[in-house]
Amino acid sequence: MTTKRPGRNATPLKPKRAAPVTPPRRSSGARAARSAWRDRLESWRLHHRDSARDALLRMRAAPAATAMTVLVIAIALALPAGITVLLENAQAATRGWDGNAHLSVFLKDDVDSDQQRALAATWQARDDVARTQSVTREQALAEFRELSGFGDVLDALPDNPLPPLIMVYPVDAHPDQLAALQSALNAMPEVDLAQLDVLWVQRLHAMIELAGRIVGALTLALALAVVLVVVNTIRLAIESRREEIVVIKLVGGTDGFVRRPFLYTGFWFGLAGGLVSVVLVQIALLWIGSPIDELTALYDSEYSLVGIGFVNVLVLPLFAGLLGLMGAWLAVSRHLNDIDPQLL
Amino acid sequence: MIQLDRVSKRYSSPGMGSKDALKQVSLTLPAGELTFLTGHSGAGKSTLLKLIMMIERPTAGEILVDGIPLNRVGRSGIPLVRRRIGMVHQNHQLLFDRSVYDNVALPLVIAGFPRADIGKRVRAALDKVGLLSKEKLNPMMLSGGEQQRVGIARAVVNKPPLLLADEPTGNLDPELSAEIMDLFKDFARVGVAVMIATHDLSLIARYSHRLLTLREGHLVADRDETPV
Repeated sequence: MTTKRPGRNATPLKPKRAAPVTPPRRSSGARAARSAWRDRLESWRLHHRDSARDALLRMRAAPAATAMTVLVIAIALALPAGITVLLENAQAATRGWDGNAHLSVFLKDDVDSDQQRALAATWQARDDVARTQSVTREQALAEFRELSGFGDVLDALPDNPLPPLIMVYPVDAHPDQLAALQSALNAMPEVDLAQLDVLWVQRLHAMIELAGRIVGALTLALALAVVLVVVNTIRLAIESRREEIVVIKLVGGTDGFVRRPFLYTGFWFGLAGGLVSVVLVQIALLWIGSPIDELTALYDSEYSLVGIGFVNVLVLPLFAGLLGLMGAWLAVSRHLNDIDPQLL
Repeated sequence: MIQLDRVSKRYSSPGMGSKDALKQVSLTLPAGELTFLTGHSGAGKSTLLKLIMMIERPTAGEILVDGIPLNRVGRSGIPLVRRRIGMVHQNHQLLFDRSVYDNVALPLVIAGFPRADIGKRVRAALDKVGLLSKEKLNPMMLSGGEQQRVGIARAVVNKPPLLLADEPTGNLDPELSAEIMDLFKDFARVGVAVMIATHDLSLIARYSHRLLTLREGHLVADRDETPV
């Protein structure tokens, strides 16, 4: 039991005023400094591995309590994740409907059918227009007569009251693009009125955006709930291992050493909760999948449900793991300092 | 190995006044020497140990442990000071959720010893206290004297320059106490500074080691030196 001190430790500490001293580490024997560093790195790595495994074993040792916590986290995450998937589905489904969005451009009465054809061809050449469809006054009258049943009334009129019409289908049905195209067309001298008859598309976009914001707020609130669940779980774990923490501190364990197993516990809880939430969302999608298929078949649509997505299957559990880590960190930094060793 | 220079510790709580647990205590524990620390309950023994272990900070004065001025050690430096001090506790402070081997290995794992070294050192320490055959047992299955020896093995496993013992023979019969004392003497012989806090006067009487006595926070007698 010799207590030979390595040379670097013998360096006298400079009497700097109020500067905190970090005591030099004791050498682990007659090893060279180079390999001592490697040893320390290796033991640090091993402690990480052991902490991670130990945290898992402790979770397995209390399956009921672990399952409860994991399920609470999973449900809290499945809710926003599920709604996000549904919202993505809503956006995907309405993307098709946007294709029907168009402007009805009524021309002035004095525009004759040749001018109308030329105008339609010019507009069709525009970058923001996909195609145009001309309805001449005669065609409009014929159509109206056929569909409305007011043929006799029309006959009684001295003149054809219907204006020439060009339907303009835009390349992009985004409300901003539509509005820009509408005002461009309205500014033309031949145009009487360019009417956007797809106001509901704008409303739909607005509603989807609103729903997206609500989901954002919900996600934030439930992520906070996950963090708090983990904080509480780790707080109890710290409390139940108080003696161990005291002993570790007494024999020279650093805060990091004490903290590590708890941080891993938090991370595993989050990760497990995230994985289970992915499973929950997929089960829910399967559950509503077949009614949706029937529904879309009735509407003659080839739309089918979009799943949670491969990337999200990875991202969601990792995100949850980070939330768990965050919760564990909060709990540990809040409660670990409370436990200071006492000599009994 | 340990130096105290006019160390005082005052406990004060709001509304309850204050109490001086240690008053101007100066002492030196050299390497290779075994020292008894005695005194009645409340005389300041525990406070002295707490200050050396950095569980508490002195109100005044300076403490040097292995050459390190504790006043200038920040919170993050505390573990590194404690690694230089082997502490044997009255209630053993063993962990009953793991084996004897893992209990003794704990300081080495914490200090980041290479795994290959840990086995050798743990077995050497257990051999020293005569418990090599019980390394796989849970400490709960051991007798009080055996648990105490596990605690000693853990205290010395990383070969600290300083060994503190708080009532190490508290609940042991004289024969077991003598065995424990022999261990401490062995450690002192190889250069460790050993301090045993006890109020077992019959134990102290049986040995001729240096004796420090605390009374109401003062160091009143030092058997080997002139009284302070």
